Amino acid sequence: MLAPLPHYLILSALLFTIGVFGFLYRKNPLIMFMSIELMLNAANLTFVSFARYLGSLNGQVIVFFVMTIAAAEVVVGLGIIVSIFRARADIDVDDVHLLKD
Amino acid sequence: MVSNVWLVLLFPLVGFLWCVFFGRLWPRLSGWIAVLMVGLSFVSAVSVLVGVLALPANDRLRVGELYPWISSGAVSIPLNIFVDPLASVMIVVVTGVAFLIHVYATGYMSGDPGYGRFFAYMNLFVFSMLLLVLAGNFLLLMVGWAGVGLCSYLLIAFWFEKPEAAAAGVKAFVVNAIGDAGLILAASLILITFKSLDYVTVFRVAKTTVTLGSGEITAITLLLLVAAVAKSAQLPLYVWLPDAMAGPTPVSALIHAATMVTAGVYLIARASPLFTLAPFTMTVIAWIGAITALFAATIGLVKPNIKRVLAYSTVSQLGYMFLAVGVSAFGAGIFHLMTHAFFKALLFLGAGAVIHALDGEEDMRNMGGLRTRMPLTYVTFLIAALAISGFPLLSGFYSKDEIISLAFTSPRGSVILGVIALFTAGLTAVYIFRVVFVTFHGKSRVSHHLSEHLHEPGMAMALPLVILAVLAAIGGYVQFPGEGFVDFLQPSFSTFGVTPAVEQGLNVGLAAASIVLSVGGILIAYLIWGQSLVTAENLGKMFAPIRTVLLNDYGIDALYSMTIVALARGLGRLFADIFDGLILNGIIDSLAGLVSGLSVVIAKLETGYVRSYAVAVLAGAILIVAFMARGGL
Repeated sequence: MLAPLPHYLILSALLFTIGVFGFLYRKNPLIMFMSIELMLNAANLTFVSFARYLGSLNGQVIVFFVMTIAAAEVVVGLGIIVSIFRARADIDVDDVHLLKD
Repeated sequence: MVSNVWLVLLFPLVGFLWCVFFGRLWPRLSGWIAVLMVGLSFVSAVSVLVGVLALPANDRLRVGELYPWISSGAVSIPLNIFVDPLASVMIVVVTGVAFLIHVYATGYMSGDPGYGRFFAYMNLFVFSMLLLVLAGNFLLLMVGWAGVGLCSYLLIAFWFEKPEAAAAGVKAFVVNAIGDAGLILAASLILITFKSLDYVTVFRVAKTTVTLGSGEITAITLLLLVAAVAKSAQLPLYVWLPDAMAGPTPVSALIHAATMVTAGVYLIARASPLFTLAPFTMTVIAWIGAITALFAATIGLVKPNIKRVLAYSTVSQLGYMFLAVGVSAFGAGIFHLMTHAFFKALLFLGAGAVIHALDGEEDMRNMGGLRTRMPLTYVTFLIAALAISGFPLLSGFYSKDEIISLAFTSPRGSVILGVIALFTAGLTAVYIFRVVFVTFHGKSRVSHHLSEHLHEPGMAMALPLVILAVLAAIGGYVQFPGEGFVDFLQPSFSTFGVTPAVEQGLNVGLAAASIVLSVGGILIAYLIWGQSLVTAENLGKMFAPIRTVLLNDYGIDALYSMTIVALARGLGRLFADIFDGLILNGIIDSLAGLVSGLSVVIAKLETGYVRSYAVAVLAGAILIVAFMARGGL
């Protein structure tokens, strides 16, 4: 017996909000990355729920794309973090604001 | 073949493009390619002339349309090429003389850092002139006309690191721009009056509809005359030509003999169907020509710079051509144009050989006695000098004699014009033989270290001298065998109802008078500068005031710089300081200030903190969601 659709959507919304606030409040880039993953997976959950609810495969397929992009993004992001860490021995994102000028 | 005429235009254009792209990479090769292209163009031009000669005498006009160029409403201007006896003679003279000058230049310019650039300009010069000659309508003529002006600027200012060369180039360009303005206005008036710019249409319509001496035809021809006067360096717009001597000597030869100054005479001959309808303009042309001829010849008597004397000589000889076309002797004018091309090119190339040997020395006071050291140059220069003085049996004698006699006998001529022409012929002999005696005879005044290196020009420079010497000697005989030169040109004018004045047999009295004057002139020059019977110094002291006036060009240059140049300077200052400096600059500056001020404000949005961007993204996302929740707009 499956739970009805709104449950899944509420869960997804909660996960997404946690992700948003995690991203905004934490200063550690690794945590921020995890928050992004959380948001992406919240979206994934919405996709699969609707796919199931509507009996369409489209949502399920899109989830694979999202996962691929998430993996690629992590690779790039971690690369940047590692190189910043090597240069500064500290990875507080608020200290990295040279883009301003 | 007449249909090959496009080749005449194509070759110099190809040469120009080659030199533009590869002239820096392979200068020597590019120089030879430029020579080859002008040579091929000459061969094509000769084949065109032969083709025209093969046509029946009353049907020698061919117009070929390359493609429709401008088509707008009732006006359509095709890119058309116009071949008739006049044009075919012109292209042969232009390409022939230009070819010899190109060959000469490969020797003269060797070692110059701008070698490839020089030949690019030279080929473009020849191409522009050929376009001018072969154009079938006034608009295409204008393209060639402007191209010739541009190239003269580029070549006069070729050694642009010398301030006087750069200034001379600008001067030539500005004076020519006055002429260009005249040509543009004339073409506009022609378009309004005849609803066409095509030669054939315009001339046919003019013949049938225009009344003799009406206001509009006089205006058109006077404007065309302004253009011709500027290009052909006649009074009062001659001032650019003597200064143009700042360019390399082959350029002077090209400008004076083949490609530039003859354009004005050609324009008048080409548009003769219009000019003959305006008797007033014709009178003006004849008088401008006669006065310029006399005026420039007198200045030529005193100038110490060898190239400047030749420059004034060109102005004077062009005056003869203007006099000829002004008394409707179009054929005689073109005849003199051709013989002049030969001997003036030769004079310049000879002078160039001397200057080259003396390492750039142009002042005759530092020459002298070169006869023994440079015999070949001396002999060829002497032939050219005899030809230009109108010495019997040489080319200049026939052409100049024809002009003098027509100045007397043509219905438009008069005794005064004829007497001026005759007197100037004598002056011509004096000033040119002054150059001969001062440069080649007497004691050498060459500085010691230069005189050790004195040398005859190399093969590339000597060969054109010899060929041109032959042409300058026998070039006059094209007038005699079978169908004479002037008769051959006749259809170019008579097709459109023009009846040029033609010499009725040789006028023995006049011929004798001009022989006496030319030989007398040579004798006077010999006595003064050859034998020092009256030394030039004493002569100069005796006529000191006159000499000063002549040395200063009758004060014309000074007059221009005091009035026109000063006025233009003042206007320029006004616009530069007030209009440009305050108004235009103010607008631009305040706009720029506005933008940079705004950017300072906007830049505040950029904090550099990742999380503030994240907030912006979130806000944007919320806005989009809200927008979609509202159901779009």
